[in-house]
Amino acid sequence: MIKHMLNSRKNKETIQLSILALPAFIIILIFSYVPMVGVFIAFKNINYVDGLFRSPWVGFDNFKFFFSSNDAWLVVRNTLGYNIVFIAVGTALSVLFAVLLNEVLSRRLVKFYQTVFFFPYFFSWIIVAYMVFSFIGPYGVITSYINQLGFPFFDFYTTTWLWPYLLTLFNIWKSLGYISIIFYAGIMGIPQEYFEAASIDGASKSQMIRNITIPLLTPLIVIMTLLSIGKIFYSDFGLFFFVPREIGQLFPVTQVIDTYVYRMLKVSGDLGMSAAVGLFQSVMGFIVVLSSNYIVGKVNEENRLF
Amino acid sequence: MKTKIALPQILINTLFIAFSLACIFPLISVIAVSFSSEIDIIKNGYRLFPKVFDLSAYVYILYNPLQIFNAFKISLIVSSLGTFISVMVAAGISYTLARQDYKFKNSLSFYVFFTMLFNGGLVPTYMLISNYLHMKNSIWVLIVPYLAVPWFILILRSFMQKIPTDIIESCSIDGASEFRVFFQMILPLSKPGLATIALFTLLQYWNDWWLSLLYIEKESLVPLQYMLYRIMNNIAFLTSSTNTMPASMNTGPLPSESARMAMSILAAGPMLLVFPFFQKYFVKGLTVGAVKG
Repeated sequence: MIKHMLNSRKNKETIQLSILALPAFIIILIFSYVPMVGVFIAFKNINYVDGLFRSPWVGFDNFKFFFSSNDAWLVVRNTLGYNIVFIAVGTALSVLFAVLLNEVLSRRLVKFYQTVFFFPYFFSWIIVAYMVFSFIGPYGVITSYINQLGFPFFDFYTTTWLWPYLLTLFNIWKSLGYISIIFYAGIMGIPQEYFEAASIDGASKSQMIRNITIPLLTPLIVIMTLLSIGKIFYSDFGLFFFVPREIGQLFPVTQVIDTYVYRMLKVSGDLGMSAAVGLFQSVMGFIVVLSSNYIVGKVNEENRLF
Repeated sequence: MKTKIALPQILINTLFIAFSLACIFPLISVIAVSFSSEIDIIKNGYRLFPKVFDLSAYVYILYNPLQIFNAFKISLIVSSLGTFISVMVAAGISYTLARQDYKFKNSLSFYVFFTMLFNGGLVPTYMLISNYLHMKNSIWVLIVPYLAVPWFILILRSFMQKIPTDIIESCSIDGASEFRVFFQMILPLSKPGLATIALFTLLQYWNDWWLSLLYIEKESLVPLQYMLYRIMNNIAFLTSSTNTMPASMNTGPLPSESARMAMSILAAGPMLLVFPFFQKYFVKGLTVGAVKG
């Protein structure tokens, strides 16, 4: 009977399909699920002598320590603050670019723009850090120019107030191109007939944009925004780590949760604390994704992510 | 009327030309600096057009080739091996997930995509890889952690879902095993999807510095991007103690600034030469991925 079950075509299929999926299954198990078990580290005070399993249990002490310090406020504020600005400005500009790109008459220009706009996407943040350095470093193009104009030497890398603007600028620079092309692809998906019908009815360009393009692009905008909001407790490590060149003076405006956890792990070696902050990040991130999906679902069932 | 159309076009295109320049400019600036002489840099700072066209940075790097060629080799090995294995791994699970009649479809989907919502964090992962898997300072630590990326699996699954089920049906009626269907039918039919995630994966591996930052201390395993990071503050990483200078180089200051920029050009070069040609695959992949399949 069991032999018959094992031999039935359906079960054979299932086994074979499962084998095809097995490598990925194992890798995800090891590198995504096993670490989840490790969250207990956040509740311990790890020392090297006792190792992970015998170190003393301290309950929520690591969390209390983190939240009572100045660090917590600073790091969370930076992470959320930057992400909110990035999402708001980034989405607005990308949609604007996509709509305008759709209005460009020359097909050759559109192709040219599409290619060039993608360039920043292919550079890693380390390379971008070098580019930034070539502009505002001690010998930088802009720094030297300011000097030549007669002003005293201006050290960009210790001027804290500048950096929120700079980092936003760099983030927009790197992502505007390819995100606007994603939205542009979305606009391409809108059936031409709508525009033709509208123009027959005498609609102006801006009316068409307001009443056809934007509404039909909205689901994509919502999805993209939802995806970004889901990651609001996470940052692009490369941007915040390499571009400010790890200069401590800038930490109050450049330190985000991710760099904080990394530095705590690698530099101070406090496993319990860094694990606590990391767990905080994961849990908050999870709550945010579920909430934002729920809220969007309330507004418009179709636009939900899952 | 021609003027009525022209003005918005001029404005829009001006905006886009400006942004295009912004996209290319920084690259040009770095290239320019790499071709400058160090003395000129110290005296006058970087310029967009070097006053004295000077190849000494490149000579310097290529004359001490060991470090950079090794870094290049590591990046190349990791990228090609990683991409090949990763695509095969993803293809396997994507096909299984694309099959509507797969028994564990829903649980497996949840299993894979839940990890996009929640992860254990850096510390447990670091402990696992360093202390339990003992993968630190091996070439595999640069490859294996990225072998199964849920985002790419999602994209590939979308591509594979479009393959008509009748084709698969007729194959299994003819008695073909799933493996045969997979290798002989699905893979060839999924070439666009496979190409898309191959490109994303290649870019991911080539540009990666994260895994090296965490797990690599052995000099011989340093890939390009990580090496770039190390020489940011200390050019000494680029040179060995038995550093020699070619006799033809003038006795000026070490071309450290220009050498750094030259190295970043060498690191960015391959991508810039290759990827713009495949940009349409990236667009398709990013869009498909965003619109949940």
